[in-house]
Amino acid sequence: MGNYSTNEFKNGLKLIIEGDPCSIIENEVVKPGKGQAFNRVKLKNLKTGRSWEKTFKSGESVEAADVMDTDMEYLYNDGEFWYFMDPESFEQLPASNEAVADAKLWLKEQDKCIVTLWNGSPLTVTPPNFVELAVTETDPGLKGDTAQGGTKPATLASGAVVRVPLFVEEGDVLKIDTRNGEYVSRA
Amino acid sequence: MGAYPASDPQLCNFRVDNPLAVSDKAAHFYLQTSPESAMKQLLARGSGSIYQLCQAFRVDPPGALHAMEFTLLEWYRLGFDFDEIISDTLSLVATLLGDRKVEVISYFDIFLRELSLDPLLAGKNELRDAAKRRVDVDMDDVDEQIWLDLLFSHCIAPQLGQGCYTVIRDFPPQQAAMAELAIDAKGNQVAARFELFIEGVEIANGYKELIDWREQQRRFEQDNKTRQARGIAPVEIDKGLLASMREHGLPACAGVALGVDRLLMLAQ
Repeated sequence: MGNYSTNEFKNGLKLIIEGDPCSIIENEVVKPGKGQAFNRVKLKNLKTGRSWEKTFKSGESVEAADVMDTDMEYLYNDGEFWYFMDPESFEQLPASNEAVADAKLWLKEQDKCIVTLWNGSPLTVTPPNFVELAVTETDPGLKGDTAQGGTKPATLASGAVVRVPLFVEEGDVLKIDTRNGEYVSRA
Repeated sequence: MGAYPASDPQLCNFRVDNPLAVSDKAAHFYLQTSPESAMKQLLARGSGSIYQLCQAFRVDPPGALHAMEFTLLEWYRLGFDFDEIISDTLSLVATLLGDRKVEVISYFDIFLRELSLDPLLAGKNELRDAAKRRVDVDMDDVDEQIWLDLLFSHCIAPQLGQGCYTVIRDFPPQQAAMAELAIDAKGNQVAARFELFIEGVEIANGYKELIDWREQQRRFEQDNKTRQARGIAPVEIDKGLLASMREHGLPACAGVALGVDRLLMLAQ
């Protein structure tokens, strides 16, 4: 995949650091008036999610990471892997538990996700911002309590547990914001 | 624009081609990285104390505090000694930003205070270990100077001039650039060079100017040796400045270059 010089550094550029794919979050040039220039870079490890600061001597080169975001459709989970399909080529790729991470709470068959591929394999999965999922389990709500805006826990088809208004019943389909895991409305 | 590039290994000039040149002579020129050479040639020819507000150009990776084109205020005072030019700079800055507490500390003492490290005695390995303990850096086999630059820019400079004006003075002789050498109170040879920091930002750099043309020539040659050791192309040394210093003599003076854009940024 080649190398990038520090002169090409910019936000979003993907690099291999200590064997892991990383993304540049911030790139700052630090240079004493009469001294060596450095690039002080805030990086995010795309495997672990960890962010930290690293410094490079300006002019050095760093290995580029073959990382790209692709729109893929979630198919099914076989107990070990979560399978995603490229809607154009119909190619199917298995994503590991580590790659799917918290996104698994919001996966519904046929939903379009962003799958970040590293050397062609799923590295991370980002679910759609909003998903619609059915309630599989919740206590019966008490009539008349809606005015107080009380909430109760509800388990969704994907296994996620969210706080929902008291009027929600089992079988209802709910719209959920996956970025904060909050109930939006009944679908 | 000048006929010679800066020799400083850290600086890189923009080169301008002359489309009307009929031979190699005057085929290209260099945009100034600072007006120092031109102004010193005027001083040598008897201009007296002078100042200039001008654009300077450096091939530098651009950043929050770096532009390839920027504004310098550069001035030279005949007969000023090192302490006088520092006071002169502080009073100019105070007219814009107001009075603040002033802290003047040597390069040596700031390393001792901030990092408990002796920048003059520490060897390459000690500097590298000190740097790697504090900064996650992808760099190993570089000279002492580059480790000092890393430690200064990452661990010291951000602390300077917070709520005050900090002047760092008496740099190691290797960082003398075009400053005269002096002996400090501890008997160490140091460069009569200072830098002013405000809110972690370097604002000005000044010298008791080197006036000995032979020493100036030696430093130009040393710059080229450092360039070669670091794998950077050597440059043609500034014969124009050397000739002025040799033929007319640079009068005893002190000078400062001040980053106007940065000062205005802090004045906002």
